[in-house]
Amino acid sequence: MNALELNGIETRIGRYNVLHEVSFTVPEGGVFVLLGRNGAGKTTTLRTIMGFWTPHAGSVRFRDTEISGLHTSVIARKGVAFVPEDMGIFRALTVAENMTLATARGQFDSARLDWIFDLFPALKTFWNTAAGGLSGGQKQMLAVARAIIEPRALILIDEPTKGLAPAIVDAMAEAFQEIARDTTILLVEQNFEFARALGRDMAVIEDGRIVHTGSIEAFAEDTELQTRLLSLSV
Amino acid sequence: MNQTLNRLGNVNLLPLVLALIAFGLIGSPSVWLTLTIAGLAMGMMLFLMASGLSLVFGLMDVLNFGHSAFASLGAFVAATVLAHMSGWLGSESWVLNLAALMLAIGVAVLFGLIGGFLFERIIIRPVYRDHLRQILITIGALIVIEQLIFVIWGGSPLNVARPRFLQGSFVWGNVSIETYRIFAVVLGVMVYAALYLLLNRTRVGLLVRAGVENREMVEALGFRVGRLFIGVFMLGSALAAMGGAMWAGYQQLISPTLGAQMMIVVFIVVIIGGLGSIEGTLLGALMVGLIDNYVGFLMPKAALASNMVLMMVILMWRPNGLRPAVK
Amino acid sequence: MARLGIGGWSVRLIVLGIGVALLFAPFLFPGVRAIEVAARICVFIVLVASYDLLIGYTGIVSFAHTMFFGLGAYGVGIALAQHDASWSALILGGAAGVLAALVLAVLIALLSLRVKAIFFAMVTLAVASVALVLASQLSNLTGGEDGVTYSAPDLFSPATALFHDATGRTARFFGVRMDGKIAAYYFIFGGSLVLYLILLRVTVSPLGTVLKAIRENEARAEALGYRVVAYRTFVFGFTAVMAALAGVLYATWLQYTGPDTTLSFEIMVDILLMVVIGGMGTMWGAVIGAAALVMAQYYLRDLMQAASDALAGLPLLPDLLNPDRWLLWLGIVFILLVYFFPAGIAGTLAGRETRK
Repeated sequence: MNALELNGIETRIGRYNVLHEVSFTVPEGGVFVLLGRNGAGKTTTLRTIMGFWTPHAGSVRFRDTEISGLHTSVIARKGVAFVPEDMGIFRALTVAENMTLATARGQFDSARLDWIFDLFPALKTFWNTAAGGLSGGQKQMLAVARAIIEPRALILIDEPTKGLAPAIVDAMAEAFQEIARDTTILLVEQNFEFARALGRDMAVIEDGRIVHTGSIEAFAEDTELQTRLLSLSV
Repeated sequence: MNQTLNRLGNVNLLPLVLALIAFGLIGSPSVWLTLTIAGLAMGMMLFLMASGLSLVFGLMDVLNFGHSAFASLGAFVAATVLAHMSGWLGSESWVLNLAALMLAIGVAVLFGLIGGFLFERIIIRPVYRDHLRQILITIGALIVIEQLIFVIWGGSPLNVARPRFLQGSFVWGNVSIETYRIFAVVLGVMVYAALYLLLNRTRVGLLVRAGVENREMVEALGFRVGRLFIGVFMLGSALAAMGGAMWAGYQQLISPTLGAQMMIVVFIVVIIGGLGSIEGTLLGALMVGLIDNYVGFLMPKAALASNMVLMMVILMWRPNGLRPAVK
Repeated sequence: MARLGIGGWSVRLIVLGIGVALLFAPFLFPGVRAIEVAARICVFIVLVASYDLLIGYTGIVSFAHTMFFGLGAYGVGIALAQHDASWSALILGGAAGVLAALVLAVLIALLSLRVKAIFFAMVTLAVASVALVLASQLSNLTGGEDGVTYSAPDLFSPATALFHDATGRTARFFGVRMDGKIAAYYFIFGGSLVLYLILLRVTVSPLGTVLKAIRENEARAEALGYRVVAYRTFVFGFTAVMAALAGVLYATWLQYTGPDTTLSFEIMVDILLMVVIGGMGTMWGAVIGAAALVMAQYYLRDLMQAASDALAGLPLLPDLLNPDRWLLWLGIVFILLVYFFPAGIAGTLAGRETRK
C-alpha cells in the first residue's frame, strides 16, 4: 500500500492550466521530496492533494481511497496534515490555542505533547503567548507541531526551511527524521541539501509536469541531471 | 498620536477620552451624566445590531447590506408581541413585565435565527467570493424585506409599548436617567460578556476566531468552516433582531424604513471599529453612541454629520478601523 | 469589438431604436406624460452610463452617485430660485454644483480608495446619507423636504413660441406645438447625447483598456506600473462630474429640485437596477436599462393599480399588488437577475459573460 498516488492530475486555476498530467507515487514511510523551481507547480500540487483545488481530471489516492473532489476538512480527517508555505499560524491565538485546534477533540495526549515539547522546546516556553509574537523559526515549529499533535498518516510540508537560520534548519531536519519514523512526509523543497539529508525518493516538477522521478541518492550523484532540471549544482 | 495612545493604554480608552472632553464642553455634571448614560445605552443597542455584520464579514468575507433588515424585523416582531401582551406589560408585578419583555425579545431573536438561516441559504450562498454580486443581491434583499414589512405591518408608524417597570426615570438629586436606558446598558453588557466568553472560552469560539484569520487553515485542520459560518450568520441575525427589538422600545415609534436608516449608522460603527472583531464593534458602537448624544446636545443639527466626521478622522488615522481582526 | 455576432448587432439595433424614439419622442408620443418619460430616460441614460463606467468597467462600487447627481441639480435649483431665471444663473449654479461634486469625489477617493473595495462602498453610502440629511436640514437654502421650485430661462417656458405661423400664433409641426417645452426637451436630449458620447468615447480609449486591466487583476496592473489609485481617483472624479451634469440637465427640465428627485436612496436603487438590468460593463446596457426601468416606473404602476383593484377583497394580494409596493417586485426581479442573468440584457444578448 502506498501512502499517496497521483495519477494524471490536471488542475486549472481560473483560465490557466497549472498542472499537466501529474503522476507520482509516495511510498509508505519516510520522506518523499518534490523538487522544482519557483512557479513550477509544487504548491499547486500540495493544494490539489489537500482539496483546496479540485483537479479537472485524474485521481488522487490516499492509502487506496480516492480523495480528489472531497472537501478539505474530510481529507484532513482521513489523516492528512498540511503545513503551508506561509505556515498558516493563527496569530491572534496563543500557541496553546493553535495546538488545541489541531487536536481531534480538544484534548491533548500528554505523552504526545511531551514528545513534541522534546522536539521543539520553544513551544513549551511560549505556550501561553500569542502566536503572532513568535519568531519565524518558532512559527514553523508550531506549524509542524500542529500537524503531528494527532497521529497522521501523511504530512504535506511546503518549503519549511525558507528564510530560516541555519541552526534552526538543522533542528528542523532532526525533527523531521524523528517524525518520519511513523509518518510519511511529502516535502516540497528548494534547499536540495536539506532534502537530500532527509529524503529517500523524489520527483522533479517543471512547468506543471513531472519531469523526473527516482531515488534521491542517484539524483544527487548525477550532477548533469541536476543542472539540467534545477540549474543548481551541489 | 499613536505612541501617546499606546503609552496610555490603547484605543480602548478613546470613549473615555471622548467623555472627558465632553465633560469639559458641557460643564454641568448632571447633564453630562444623563447624556453619557444615553450614549452608552445607544452604543450598546448599536453594538447588538452591528456585531453580527462584523463577525460575518470577518469569517467569510461577506458584507451583508441586508443585515439591518433583521433589526427592522426584530423591531416589528417585538412590537407585535408587546401589543398582544398589554395585560402583562401594565401589570403591577415587575416579574410579569419582565416576562412579557423577554418573550418579545425572545420571539424577535427566534425570527432572527430563522430569517438568518433562510437568508444565508437563499441569498448569500450562491454568491460567495463575488463581492459585486454580493453587494447587489443583499441590497435587493434589503428592499424586499423592507417592502414585505410594509405589506404586513402597513406604512404608518407603529407605537411600541414599554413595560411598566421600564417607564419613568431614576432620579438622584438633579440627575434623571431613564430606566429603559439602564436596562439597555445592562442587557448589552450581558450580551457582550456572553459573546466574549463564547469566542474566547469555547472551542467553537476558538474556531470562529481562527476562521476569521485564516479560513483555509481551519479547513486543513479538519473543520467545515461553511457549517460554522451558517451558525455565525444566524447568531448575527438574531443579535440584530434583538438590537432592533430594544431599539423599538427605545424609540417607542417605529416605521418600516427603520432598517435602511439603521444601516448607515451600523456601517459607520463597523468602519470605525474595524471589521471582524467584537471588541472593535463595541468600541465603534460606544463612540458613535456617545458622540451622537453629546453633539446632539451641544449642536443639535450636527448630530449625524458628527458621526461622519468621526468616521473620516478615524479612517485618515487608521484606514482599517480602530481594532480590526488580525488578517 | 472586432467581430459582432447576431446578439451584438441586435443590442446595437435596440439602442439605435431607443435613440431614434427619443429623438422624435415629442412627435411620436404626444402628451405631457410621454415627454416627461422621454426626458427622464435621457437623463438617466447619462446617469447610468456614468455609473457603469464606475462599477462595470472599473469595479468600484459607490453609493454616492446620487449625491453627485443631486449636487448638480441643487446647484442649478438654488441658483435659479435665489436669482432670476437667467442663463447666467443656470450656468453659474450648474458650474458650482459640478465643481462641488468634483472636489467631494476627489476627497472621498483620496481618503478611502486605498482600502478594500467593500469598505469604499460602505464609506460612500455613509457620506451620501449625510448629504441627504444635510439637504433636508439646510431648509433655507434647499427648501428641506419640499425642495425648491423655480423657473428655467425664458426659452424653455411653455409660453414661448419657437416659431410663428402665418397668424402669428405658435406654429405646429405634425400637430405638435413648437413651444418652449420642445426647446427644453431638445436641450435635455442634446445634452444627454453629448455626455453619453463622451462616456462611450472614454470606454473605447486606452484609458478604458487600463481600467479593465485594473478590474481584472489589480495586483498585476500595479506590477505593470499603472498607478491604480490615481486611475481610480480619476474615474471616480470624472463620473462624479458626469453625474452632476446629468443633475444640471434634470433640474433644468423639472424646474424643481428636491431630495426625492435627486438624492434619495430610491434613486440610487433605480440606478443600480438599471445598470444590472441593462448589463454591467457594456455602455449599451445603460440605454436599455434606463429605458426599460423608467417605462416600467411610469406604466407598471398603472398596471399594478388595476390588478390590485381587480383583486380587492382577497386577503394580502391587493396589498402585495398595491402600486406603492412596486419596489417589492423590482427587488425580487433584481435578485433573480443578479442570480441568473448577471450580464444583463445587453450582456446576455451579446453572449459575453461579464467577468468579475
